[in-house]
Amino acid sequence: MLTVGALDRHTLAARLRGPGLRLQTGPFIACIRSSLPALAVALSRMYADYPVLDEDTTADFNVLLRRPRGLRRFIKPQVYFHYDGMEPFQPLPLAQLYPMFEWAMNWCVSSHAHSWLVIHAAVVEKEGAAVILPAPPGSGKSTLCAALVARGWRLLSDELTLVRLVDGQIDPVPRPVSLKNASIDVIRAWAPEAHISPPVADTVKGTVAHMCAPGASVARALEPATPAWIVFPQWKQGAPAELVPVAQARAHLRLAENAFNYSLLGGAGFDTAARLIDGTHTFDFSYGALDDAMAVFEGLLAGRR
Amino acid sequence: MNTLPLLTRVLRSPPTMAAFDAPAWELLLRQAVSADLGATLALLAEEHGILHTLPERVQRRLGWERRAWERHGQAVRFETQQVRRALQDTGLPLILLKGTAYVAAGLPAAAGRLFSDIDILVPKDRLDEVESRLMLHGWVSNHHDAYDQRYYREWMHELPPLQHLRRATVIDVHHAILPETAAVRPDPARLRAAARAIPGAPGLSVLAPCDMVLHSATHLFYEGEYDHGLRDLFDLHRLLCHFGATEPGFWTALPTRAHELELARPLFYALRYCIQLLGTPVPAATVETAGGGRPGRALLALMDGLFARALRPMHPSCAAALTPLADAMLYIRGNWLRMPPLMLSRHLFHKAFLSPGNVKSDQV
Repeated sequence: MLTVGALDRHTLAARLRGPGLRLQTGPFIACIRSSLPALAVALSRMYADYPVLDEDTTADFNVLLRRPRGLRRFIKPQVYFHYDGMEPFQPLPLAQLYPMFEWAMNWCVSSHAHSWLVIHAAVVEKEGAAVILPAPPGSGKSTLCAALVARGWRLLSDELTLVRLVDGQIDPVPRPVSLKNASIDVIRAWAPEAHISPPVADTVKGTVAHMCAPGASVARALEPATPAWIVFPQWKQGAPAELVPVAQARAHLRLAENAFNYSLLGGAGFDTAARLIDGTHTFDFSYGALDDAMAVFEGLLAGRR
Repeated sequence: MNTLPLLTRVLRSPPTMAAFDAPAWELLLRQAVSADLGATLALLAEEHGILHTLPERVQRRLGWERRAWERHGQAVRFETQQVRRALQDTGLPLILLKGTAYVAAGLPAAAGRLFSDIDILVPKDRLDEVESRLMLHGWVSNHHDAYDQRYYREWMHELPPLQHLRRATVIDVHHAILPETAAVRPDPARLRAAARAIPGAPGLSVLAPCDMVLHSATHLFYEGEYDHGLRDLFDLHRLLCHFGATEPGFWTALPTRAHELELARPLFYALRYCIQLLGTPVPAATVETAGGGRPGRALLALMDGLFARALRPMHPSCAAALTPLADAMLYIRGNWLRMPPLMLSRHLFHKAFLSPGNVKSDQV
């Protein structure tokens, strides 16, 4: 199987400029076009282990990242994202090219992939049991996810939990984990061996960087997982690690609020969320230190053995 | 026919989809999604019994489109009921237009059709009452610019779009199907008089079959923007096929009605391009009678050239060299047909230099 890492920089850049790079992430194939050399650099760093498919495969998404035409390309250069003639986002400063690519890929999935209930949540797995971590931005979900992944949990996703409508299983879509502001240094210290992309300052989310998905998670990208827990995390300075059970009905509502396509799916969305809640234990989780958090998650696993 | 874009060829003959390879599918899906016809493709594959034979990845993609469309239909039916409730004390039948009508009447043209506004037709002398009822139920105008207000209220055939405060849905309240300022003004009273109640949907009506086709044609061929040109042409194709097969005397009545309403020209274009691009089975006698709406030879040659481009899917793979020029000419033409020259130059000047945003803003 061909991977991004097996292509040299020139070949990678030529594919991006020409017919497009067909990149597989979990169940999706995106055909990516761009003449921006920085994108080839970022992809070769962050997506080395990912499969590249030949032109004979039907892509799910066709994306183009390009610079503006005319004088605009020299004065405060920007990058535009196109999805088949659509421009769902405003252009961003060129320096934000790689974060924009990640956001664009998230958008592709969250606004199209309606064979899943798509929840805005991180999800990790160990011993066949998956923990879903839904939370509004700023609650420390990605930091917690990155920390767990660095301690041996399998990364399914840090942003998009894909719950199958047919059987409630979770399909992984392991891509780089987004880290914001202070959490970049927290994870650098927590996992010195992790590969983290150069931080980009002044985005709408502040300073952002991405941590590479571990090779083992990427290798198992087509292996689904069974949801076991839904944990709503909340980081609080100095707080002890504490799990508080959440009633099913309340958990259902909070899950719905965090899903991209809950109402679009109608009855199927409701049924999928209900089945998910039925088959899992649901908790609020507050914590102040990652070490304490790790112990709590290992404890959940131990209770299941 | 082989020079037609892939999507157009598939709309013309859906079973050909069954034989496509992966690259063809990718191109077709991309063209369809950017033409807002993704769900239509899914439903055509279903209708022709070939959905289950398609590659798995394609079936999955079509399934996504179909789901979004199902949800859309549900939302439209809900919203239509909300509008009916808001207006029930007026005693007026709620006459639905365009996509809303196709959905409410369960017409084949609704299959896969996505749209953003609820369109209704009311008598001009009841506009104030209708507007205030809708406002009481939460729909307000978001066009506060004095020029826009005047543009709609004095010159157009509709109120400024009303948007619901909480649900953000948009209603277009029409009192006619062409602007006050257009040279041709089909009498809306005749359209309302011929409107038909939808069986099993109390309080809801749609235009009579011929009028529905003529409105669709007028909308398409008097428009200035063709972002959805192919989709709108496919609506016409579906309406023609459906009424041609189910409505006795439809093919004879259509050109006569067009003549009565002074809409022979848009009907001529509708039939011409439906036949040329989509292979619509229009009887020869109808084509001949509708020939009364034929423009002069030079104009027709120009229009053929312009519409051949405008009625392509709006996808980069279908762009021809002249497309920006064709778009600009059709844009000016669309407005030319809707306003006398002096007013048009004032309007274009205002839109280009005085209004916020550029000339192709949504109210033009």
